[in-house]
Amino acid sequence: MSDTHAHSVAFVRTTMLPEQPPPVSEAGVVKWARENLFKGWFNSILTILSIYFIYVIVSGAWPWFANGIWNTSSLAECREMLDGMTGACFSVLTERWNQLLFGFTYPTEAYWRPTLAVVLLLVAIAPVLYPKAPRKLMLFTAIYPFLAFWLIWGGTLLTPMMVLVGLIAGYFAFKKFERQSFAMGMLAGLVATVVVIWAGGVIPAAMPDVLALQAIPSRDLGGFMLNMILGTVCVSLSLPLGIMLALGRQSSMPIIKWMCVVFIEFIRGVPLITLLFVANVVLAYFFPPGSNIDLVLRVIIMITMFSSAYIAEVIRGGLAALPRGQYEAGDSLGLDYAQSMRFIILPQALKISIPGIVNVAVGLFKDTTLVSVISMFDLVGMIRGPILASTEWNGVYWELWGFAVFVFFIVCFSISKYSQWLERQLATDHR
Amino acid sequence: MSTISDPPSGSFQLSMLINDTRYRSYTFQFIALILLILAFAYLGYNLLANLQAAGLNISYKFLGEPAGYDINQTLIDYTSQSSHWRASLVGVLNTLLVAFLGCIMATVIGVVVGVLRLSNNWLVRQLMSIYVEIFRNVPVLIWILIIMAVFIAVLPQPRDFRGEDATASMVFGAFAFTGRGFYSPAPVFGPGSGVVVAVFLASIAGIFAFRNYAKKALYDRGQLIPTLWPSLAIFFIPAILAFFVMGRPITLDLPSLQGFNFQGGIFMRNSLIALWFALSIYTAAFIAENVRAGILAVSKGQTEAAASLGLRPGRIMNLVVLPQALRVIIPPLISQYLNLTKNSSLAIAVGYMDLTGTLGGITLNQTGRAIEAIFLLMLFYLAISLAISAIMNVYNNAVKLKER
Repeated sequence: MSDTHAHSVAFVRTTMLPEQPPPVSEAGVVKWARENLFKGWFNSILTILSIYFIYVIVSGAWPWFANGIWNTSSLAECREMLDGMTGACFSVLTERWNQLLFGFTYPTEAYWRPTLAVVLLLVAIAPVLYPKAPRKLMLFTAIYPFLAFWLIWGGTLLTPMMVLVGLIAGYFAFKKFERQSFAMGMLAGLVATVVVIWAGGVIPAAMPDVLALQAIPSRDLGGFMLNMILGTVCVSLSLPLGIMLALGRQSSMPIIKWMCVVFIEFIRGVPLITLLFVANVVLAYFFPPGSNIDLVLRVIIMITMFSSAYIAEVIRGGLAALPRGQYEAGDSLGLDYAQSMRFIILPQALKISIPGIVNVAVGLFKDTTLVSVISMFDLVGMIRGPILASTEWNGVYWELWGFAVFVFFIVCFSISKYSQWLERQLATDHR
Repeated sequence: MSTISDPPSGSFQLSMLINDTRYRSYTFQFIALILLILAFAYLGYNLLANLQAAGLNISYKFLGEPAGYDINQTLIDYTSQSSHWRASLVGVLNTLLVAFLGCIMATVIGVVVGVLRLSNNWLVRQLMSIYVEIFRNVPVLIWILIIMAVFIAVLPQPRDFRGEDATASMVFGAFAFTGRGFYSPAPVFGPGSGVVVAVFLASIAGIFAFRNYAKKALYDRGQLIPTLWPSLAIFFIPAILAFFVMGRPITLDLPSLQGFNFQGGIFMRNSLIALWFALSIYTAAFIAENVRAGILAVSKGQTEAAASLGLRPGRIMNLVVLPQALRVIIPPLISQYLNLTKNSSLAIAVGYMDLTGTLGGITLNQTGRAIEAIFLLMLFYLAISLAISAIMNVYNNAVKLKER
């Protein structure tokens, strides 16, 4: 065909034409804008509306930010300096930052202690969050809770150390009896822990001044620190509880199964705030007469129960997602229940449940603000109570709430980004 | 396991309770049951001892006594002389009201945002993901308080509507948005309005009947009957005709400024509005993610298959994509509704009198009946949760993929 064509045409070009750049409308920014912003009239309208919206927000917020005043001591003074201009009074943050972060009764000279505890938390949490971090740090993670308790609440270091010694004794007892059976090991470990802590309790009582920091009662905790404490403590405590509840719900023993089902469904069915009411006014009735458990501990108990029910449901999802063959594989290897759970089922089920657990953790961290309703002074409680009610700062809404939004956003957003990263890391299946 | 080893018959030994898998589970359950009973007995003993020490008892008689406090937003008649029981009922209705309004608004916003997050407009996509991320990652309590503060600070007070040089004015002369709350016209049902309402309800039933007929025609005879315009016509025309035939029995009661406040019309207190908005936009951020996930879960091949069968885009959406996406969207959507209902208990932070505010708030503080009030409070929320879960289970079973 090309032959006939060549003969019939008088002239055939024998050299290549030089390459032309694509037309302007088909390349670079113009093409991108045409395809992503102005594809069709509806999209164009949306784009224009969006640009207008952004303009309104930015033009409203920018002068407010730029004229912000950082160094006055009251709202009236700040308004005077602004002199009718639009501008933020960020001085409420510079003046009251300590109250926002630590509450208004935590001793000023002890601020370094919770700060150090947060820094150490980052170190302690690293080996848990990053599989590549040195494994030896795990040792530090194990002693961190005791260290943090000592730093924040003060008192003698011997108290948390005795608990730590008790747990170590329990661990060795568990290891010794684990050969016989897992349940036996657990029982021995539990007994050893309780005995050692109970017997060792005389040591800190006898020497209250050894390695002691100024003791700070928990009603003095407040501000964002309280949110952090509640969030971290309750999530870490509720993980083991949640695993036990999830396994219980999957169990073939009807009584145990129904105990777990009733607990989980009850807790999931009521709002957290009613549980906090329980912690506030009802829970004290259920402790032995004369015992005086402080409010923070009661709140920790209730929030832990709350989040363990949610975590149990997430883990149950993970357990249900495992193929039946994994359970059967455990059985056919001759492993007993505890062994097959520990070595085969749970490692896989927990891996699947990580995104869900992180979701629960973020939700729980956000829910710690609810304690302000039962008049505890966390970050929200501080803003609503002492700061907005003070004569100096009555009427500063945007700056304070903006700060609260900013702080919570930073923490929660980074946690959820971490979870997405981890999910990609753990995706060992080949797709 | 037990089938392999021949069980020694008739020689039951005590050690088999631990070592034999046939009996071990009974042992464990027995121990668990004993522990549970002991724990409850211990707690109950403590409770009784504490109550006795404080000179209290458990009794629900307080529900019949006069409440003695006012509630500023009620759906049913209530005065401060009504009983605590009546006050709780007002609270229940207020909870259900804000939950209902919130679910509707959250669904609308959530669906729009979820669809826009998949738009091919880059700018809109970014804006919507900023919205979702900001609202999902900040506690809902903070949003409620912020919106409440904005309402009080930004919106005009009723007194600003007064005088010649009023700084604020009513919208369409019928709606007033004030810092104290929103005022809107209320319908007044005169004599004969029952007929109009009946006709209206009948026409709604008519729409369903017509749609069923159209569907049947399509499936049985392959006949395509347009439904949109006839439905709209059935919706509006009979009711409007009846309205005029009966001599306009339904009139509007417009809110009007009298003295320092508005009178007449429907009044929605600012706390209700703030709670409603905050719960809606917070939950909408979650719903948007569910909607997006649901639409993405329908594989592209489905759309292409429908297109290659010759269906037009609207029908592809209605007949192929949506039925499959809804299966994924609805269960998490319902659990978001449940979350919204439970979060509505935060009303107490802005002073909206829902059940937590009446029964769990003022009634509890006035009577000191903490255990009884909180027990009833939990029971109510538990009942709602279980009811919604039951509905969800029915739905899940209905739409479950029928496999072999």
